[in-house]
Amino acid sequence: MRLLALLLLLFSSMHSFSQECNNTLTGTLLDIHDGSKLSGATIIVTQTGAAVQTDLDGNFSVKFLCDSTYNLQVSHPSCTTKIFSLEVQSDVQKTFKLEHHLESLNEVIISGNKTYRETKTLFENTLNQETIASFSSGSLGDILNTISGVSSLNTGNTVVKPMINGLHSSRIVLINNGVQMQDQQWGAEHAPSIDINTAGSIKVIKGAGALKYGGNAIGGVIISSAPKVALLDSLYGKTIISGATNGRGGTATSSLTKSYENGWYTSLQAAAKRFGDFNAPDYILSNTGVFERNMSARLGFNRIDYAVDAYYSYFKNEVGILRASHIGGAEDQVQAISNPIPSIIEDFTYTIGVPRQDVTHHLARINAHKDIEGIGRFYLQYDYQQNNRLEFDIRRGDDKDKPSVDLVLKTQSLKVDFRSQAKDKFEYETGLIGAYQTNFANPLTGVRRLIPDYTKYDFGAYITGNYTLNSRWLFEAGLRVDHTFMDVYKFYRQSFWEERGYDTQFSDLVIQQSGNQILTNPKLNFTNPAFTLGFKHAFGSYMLFANYAIASRAPNPSELFSEGLHHSASRIEIGDLQFGSETAHKVSLTLQQRAENLDFTITPYSNTIDNYILIEPTGIRQTIRGNFQVWEYRQTKAQIFGVDLDASLTLRDNLSLLHQFSFLKGYDVSKKGSLINMPSVSTKNSLMYSNLKYNNLKVSLESHYVFAQNEFPDTNFEVVLQETTQTVDVSTPPPRYHLFNLNASFSVLQGLDIGLHVSNMLNTSYRNYLNRLRYYADDLGRNITLQLSYNY
Amino acid sequence: MIWAEILLFNFHIIINLNTNKMKTLQFNSITNFKLKTMKTCSMYALLAIAMVGCSDDDTPVVINEEEVITTVILTLTPESGDQVVLTTQDLDGDGPDEPVTIITGSFNENTQYQGAVRFLNETETPAEEITNEVIEEADEHQVFYTVSNGLNITTTYQDEDSNGNPLGVSIILETGAVSEGNLTVTLRHEPVKPNDGLDSAGGETDITTTFDVTIE
Repeated sequence: MRLLALLLLLFSSMHSFSQECNNTLTGTLLDIHDGSKLSGATIIVTQTGAAVQTDLDGNFSVKFLCDSTYNLQVSHPSCTTKIFSLEVQSDVQKTFKLEHHLESLNEVIISGNKTYRETKTLFENTLNQETIASFSSGSLGDILNTISGVSSLNTGNTVVKPMINGLHSSRIVLINNGVQMQDQQWGAEHAPSIDINTAGSIKVIKGAGALKYGGNAIGGVIISSAPKVALLDSLYGKTIISGATNGRGGTATSSLTKSYENGWYTSLQAAAKRFGDFNAPDYILSNTGVFERNMSARLGFNRIDYAVDAYYSYFKNEVGILRASHIGGAEDQVQAISNPIPSIIEDFTYTIGVPRQDVTHHLARINAHKDIEGIGRFYLQYDYQQNNRLEFDIRRGDDKDKPSVDLVLKTQSLKVDFRSQAKDKFEYETGLIGAYQTNFANPLTGVRRLIPDYTKYDFGAYITGNYTLNSRWLFEAGLRVDHTFMDVYKFYRQSFWEERGYDTQFSDLVIQQSGNQILTNPKLNFTNPAFTLGFKHAFGSYMLFANYAIASRAPNPSELFSEGLHHSASRIEIGDLQFGSETAHKVSLTLQQRAENLDFTITPYSNTIDNYILIEPTGIRQTIRGNFQVWEYRQTKAQIFGVDLDASLTLRDNLSLLHQFSFLKGYDVSKKGSLINMPSVSTKNSLMYSNLKYNNLKVSLESHYVFAQNEFPDTNFEVVLQETTQTVDVSTPPPRYHLFNLNASFSVLQGLDIGLHVSNMLNTSYRNYLNRLRYYADDLGRNITLQLSYNY
Repeated sequence: MIWAEILLFNFHIIINLNTNKMKTLQFNSITNFKLKTMKTCSMYALLAIAMVGCSDDDTPVVINEEEVITTVILTLTPESGDQVVLTTQDLDGDGPDEPVTIITGSFNENTQYQGAVRFLNETETPAEEITNEVIEEADEHQVFYTVSNGLNITTTYQDEDSNGNPLGVSIILETGAVSEGNLTVTLRHEPVKPNDGLDSAGGETDITTTFDVTIE
């Protein structure tokens, strides 16, 4: 065979000698993965030694070629050099493709068109590895708080739930390494089960436009992706160790990746986080410790036109909930609210007592893709998740060590996607997804189920496409439909069943009666369409993104089936079996400027939500345990609008000013009032000094000003306490506050960085409207964190 | 027990199939037969597992709350005369039905009563005596008796926990002159002990019930 080739080559060369050498080869060099143009590559014709470089558009030309077969050696700084064999008989035009390395070794942030965008017409905020590393001991919610328009709904300082433009929980889709997280996100006190140390980048899309990930992302989408692995023979890793004064604890995380040039790679990562009781400026917040242990492993191979990647992650988090927040009815609430300090303050301890949450999350995923020349890329993904949530309460007798909540949520999903190759200015992406989910509430808790046992089936299909008219205009549209079927087994209290009139309306759902409880079997179907339309327009140094999206979401189990005392909120919560899906219409615009001294993005938006499900107080219920406020879920028409602004101004070479501003208003259109729990106006301003010469020194001083929320519904109620009527003020938001934070980092040696982070420098006492424990205690006092990070 | 039936049913099929196979055994080598049997067996085993896995006929078991207190009974016994029994019952716990309060007997003026309070969980049959748990964990509990202005009643603790702090399951109640007003019984879980009364005790209210009483 080799001889034959040699002979052929010989003959062809011989033949070529008799020809004139006037052929021109014009070529384009593209990245094999996404078809992006590779500039600055060198092409050497091995036979003649002629060398040319590709221009900005990846184009090159080689003149004076004979009718012959040539070998072209194509090299690019971030690609593996490759030799192409090419037969030239006349002028030829050919496209060459190279495998682009993602240089995670050097942590080069690949910018511009190298980054795949989830939607083309919605602005994406991306947090890079450097930012993620500096938040190593924080949570996902903490790091997302750094983005304008993203706030969080907290339960203390360790349960941090991201909130995008005022919306949270089931309205936010969280993608962890390609998998939509199913971790009982309906609960306001359930933080995402994700370790940010597993992420190489985190993207936030403040809207529903990324239909690929779900049509139910009324609030937005958060995408956390593992670091990319380079196609090189190498072994590298990173270790970050941090210690903090507040909570007297720290975090250690380490990762190791081994990759081979033939495409195989494997990586292992582990993290541990341990904190004792945190403290407010004036006192210890008893029982607020954290103990978190995580690991993840990855194995796969990446070839020119196909790849397989298997990923597994384990997340275990034990979180203490402020001891003083565990109270009884309204009478206790009056006292707790009027008390300026928590009723229980004990000595510092690492022990996490009750109440506490203990969450374990397993995520296993395998995906593969295959590129088909001229057509596009096919993806296939299967994933399995198991979330076990235990909540321990203050209990009595034999039940002392038993959890009050023990839920196991298992989800499997299978996904097929296809992404077309960019050609004729049009590209599209389409896919199908099927998911199967079961929830099991362990009856051994001896406490009635918070969430009933159910089986859920989801099927979805989507198609999105974009058309690039020219370098200035791009248009995008997408459509998605999801169908959800829920088969639920739910025990209702007979008194509740009758009070709601379900006994006449839903008598056919009843399966059996046991004591004063009724077992029912609701079978629910929801069909949720979603749609998006948008454009992107470039002019001058500006870029304008415009997007309109319709998203719809089926009610979650908590909204449908709640019917009892929620201990951690000290209120009775009541859902409604008759709820339908909520539908949001969101319009968002982003104007982005990239200029020499001033970069900014300004994003005004409006989100109109039909059948918006909210929970609000409707009365007082008298029980043998005291009076409890009753909060009922209700559907209404909501209108949220606001604007997010980010700007950075370069003052001098090493000095810049960063500005962030978020403004939001939420209205209940049907009731003509304000929506509850909406973030107040806030602004962050920081002055940053950085100098590469001084060991890559970076110092920044940040001021964070949060205004008081002055638009809120009055949900206060009255109780009679020792013959005097007292108002329980649960609605007035806390006053404004102003915090200062300091960040500094520098490199000691090659690969070794030291970071210093001081938050709440002035040890200001404050309470945050969006912290569910704000009634009971102040937020965190000063915290000094020292961090060592070593790349090897 | 549906899964067990499925399993049995499958074994039955396997046995039947095997007997059919037996007839043709003569034509096959023994090894071949074994292989086939094993295949059939494993196939059915898989099927059985799959069916068990998919079977959703298992309905969840009912949970009767174990530690809920549905009933408070305060029995007051004078040295001579009629007993007074104050009862509050809330069988649906935090459900919509309101607690029901019943007072039998009436208080006499200037009388000393020996009082004993009981806490029951009547969602279980027979009713569970929660009082025992309260006594066992005396240091984590305290029963408070509060009297409204104008009602001439005083209470004195008759029991204490291991630290010498009052518990309040057993009390002495003394009536004064003729009057009427409210007597409130509150059971606090994990209060600060010792304390100066309900206001500073903290903890979680497990029970609070108010009786409209008259001293005659």
